[in-house]
Amino acid sequence: MNKFFIMMGHTYRNRVKSKSFLITTIITVLIIFGLTNLQQIINSFSSDEEEKTVAMIAENEDWIESIKQQLGTNQEVAVEAYSGSLEEAQEKVEAGDFQSVTVLEEAENGLPQADYYANQVANTGTSEPIRQALQQLKVQIITERANVNDEVLQQISAPVAFELNALEESAKTAEELNQTRGLVYVMLFFMYFAVMMYGNMISTEVATEKSSRVMEILISSVSPVKQMFAKIIGIALVGLTQYGIFILVGYLGIQQSKNSGTGSLLESFGLTNVDPLTVVYALVFFVLGYLLYATLAATLGSLVSRLEDAQQIVAPMMMLVIAAFLISMFGLAQPDAAFITISSYFPFFAPLTMFLRVGMLDIPIWEVLLSIGILIGSIALLAFLGARIYRGGVLMYGKSSSLKDLKTALQLSKKEK
Amino acid sequence: MTLRLENVTKKFGSFTAVDDLSLEIPEKQIFGFLGANGAGKTTTFRMILGLLDQTKGSISWNEGSIGYDQSHLIGYLPEERGLYPKLKVQEQLIYLAKLRGMNKTETIKELDYWLERFKVPEYKNKKVEELSKGNQQKIQFISAVLHKPKLLILDEPFSGLDPVNVEMLKKAVVDLKESGTSIVFSSHRMEHVEELCEYLCILHHGTPVVRGRLKDIKRSFGKKNIRVHADFDTTYLEQIPGVTKYKPVQDGCELEVESESISQEVFRELQGKGFVRTFDLEEPTLNDIFIEKVGASYE
Repeated sequence: MNKFFIMMGHTYRNRVKSKSFLITTIITVLIIFGLTNLQQIINSFSSDEEEKTVAMIAENEDWIESIKQQLGTNQEVAVEAYSGSLEEAQEKVEAGDFQSVTVLEEAENGLPQADYYANQVANTGTSEPIRQALQQLKVQIITERANVNDEVLQQISAPVAFELNALEESAKTAEELNQTRGLVYVMLFFMYFAVMMYGNMISTEVATEKSSRVMEILISSVSPVKQMFAKIIGIALVGLTQYGIFILVGYLGIQQSKNSGTGSLLESFGLTNVDPLTVVYALVFFVLGYLLYATLAATLGSLVSRLEDAQQIVAPMMMLVIAAFLISMFGLAQPDAAFITISSYFPFFAPLTMFLRVGMLDIPIWEVLLSIGILIGSIALLAFLGARIYRGGVLMYGKSSSLKDLKTALQLSKKEK
Repeated sequence: MTLRLENVTKKFGSFTAVDDLSLEIPEKQIFGFLGANGAGKTTTFRMILGLLDQTKGSISWNEGSIGYDQSHLIGYLPEERGLYPKLKVQEQLIYLAKLRGMNKTETIKELDYWLERFKVPEYKNKKVEELSKGNQQKIQFISAVLHKPKLLILDEPFSGLDPVNVEMLKKAVVDLKESGTSIVFSSHRMEHVEELCEYLCILHHGTPVVRGRLKDIKRSFGKKNIRVHADFDTTYLEQIPGVTKYKPVQDGCELEVESESISQEVFRELQGKGFVRTFDLEEPTLNDIFIEKVGASYE
């Protein structure tokens, strides 16, 4: 057991100290920090800019006034009545005195219509508020003409009340569903990236030791099974460290943006009020899913003798992960679809799809346990096979990196007494 | 703590790598394995270490089989050198020694001793990939002996080294034997085995063709070479029964005889014929034995 920890510690330290770990962590931390503070970042850039002034030429001065009123709270766009000709105004726009010029006219039916001139019209940051203000103005004019009072107007524009109600007592309410959907969403991403990153890391780790031939010394002092699990757990700790940093940074970032009052990411994902059981399931399926894919990755890594082949041989595994990811993404919209149910018993998809079902549907406990059982069984089977293959595979050197090697590796490790 | 192999056979599919090998490797001695590439040396070592299971037969050391619980008693230098290229010498030797049950302070003490001895103390904090192949070899050797194993298995320890370093390593091997380590090593260089080993085994296509004590092997091999330099004509020596080869040289001849008694016969025949400048009875070299038994020379 002692050697197990030595090896695990070595794997962990080696990875955490490596440059690639530092770089990916720093980049991701920056991205997370950026995402959680997106609003402030955007604000800090735009607050420096001056208010944009739009020249407005109109026959009806009242319209300009009411547009000004509509734009009242908007700090970025200011409207200024302009009495000169359009040509003069356009020159001023080109000279930079105005951001743009809008010509407001009365159409034949007495409603307002406008032409908007600016040096470039790609940025709708100025034109859009004006268009909206004009739209309001138009509605106002029409309702006035039709003698509709303000109260009626408000009733028209208010959203309709529409509530989803599940008849089954234990079925998730719409509110709960939204919350779990958020969690499932986050979990799917975590899982996907974890398997992608750390699965790859494990197979690279094994392949590196094989290609540098240090493996032969290692297997003469530590049994292959111990080695395999020392690596799997070691890399899991690396993942834990990395995710820990990410979550901490994310949390701090969210706290900060909360303080500045721009709303939190957690809320937008609906994670503020989730059933604790769902969180437990999330952890269980995450751990099982990781173990399953990690064992597979270690086994595959032991089959190749060169680092370059490692990527190639884990490709089928990556396909499985991607398939699982796509299926569950699809399942978010219809968690009760038949193929989701079926795939929740297939070990390589189960960690994602069964969690999806548990989170979003009301399913009997035995179905969950069955799926967990299948997962644990598959992990045990893979670990058993993996250890055998690992034992034979690490002594096997050759150019090929096909799955045909599996057979050779198994033969090499055969007990023939 | 004798290492005993009994009727050991290893088959890979239909290919027989080692065929019915029985050996007794005595304690605190150096045992040499000779054989061409593919003769089954590495396979035998891997079976001794328990990395491969034998198809038939049994291997025992210290009245039991070698398992992972004994790995701290065993040192192994694999044929394909293997170290972490990106790790520093000290870092990785501490790690590898830990796996063999050594603690850090002990390891550093031993490591300093060996680096000093091999005259490479400056490599302690260098990455292995920065070292030359010969120096990597020294580090590899250190990793095999650092934890003072009782049984040391060296697979082609001297390949890829310059003569100065070969001597340095040979000296280290002999010193380890003196301090009580049982050493098994393989080589395809006859002179290394002849120089170091008291016991040896020649493998040919997985079958042991010669095995035992070097002296006994040479004696029982029988054939001997005689060099004669004399002032008279020596061609009549060719007629003596038991002389298998005759080669005239300047002022004499070289003979190969079937056994030691024939050499005495030759010596008698030379009496009274005149002045004999040289009569030299040579033990057969391992190379001669090898060529005789295997039918080809290996260099």
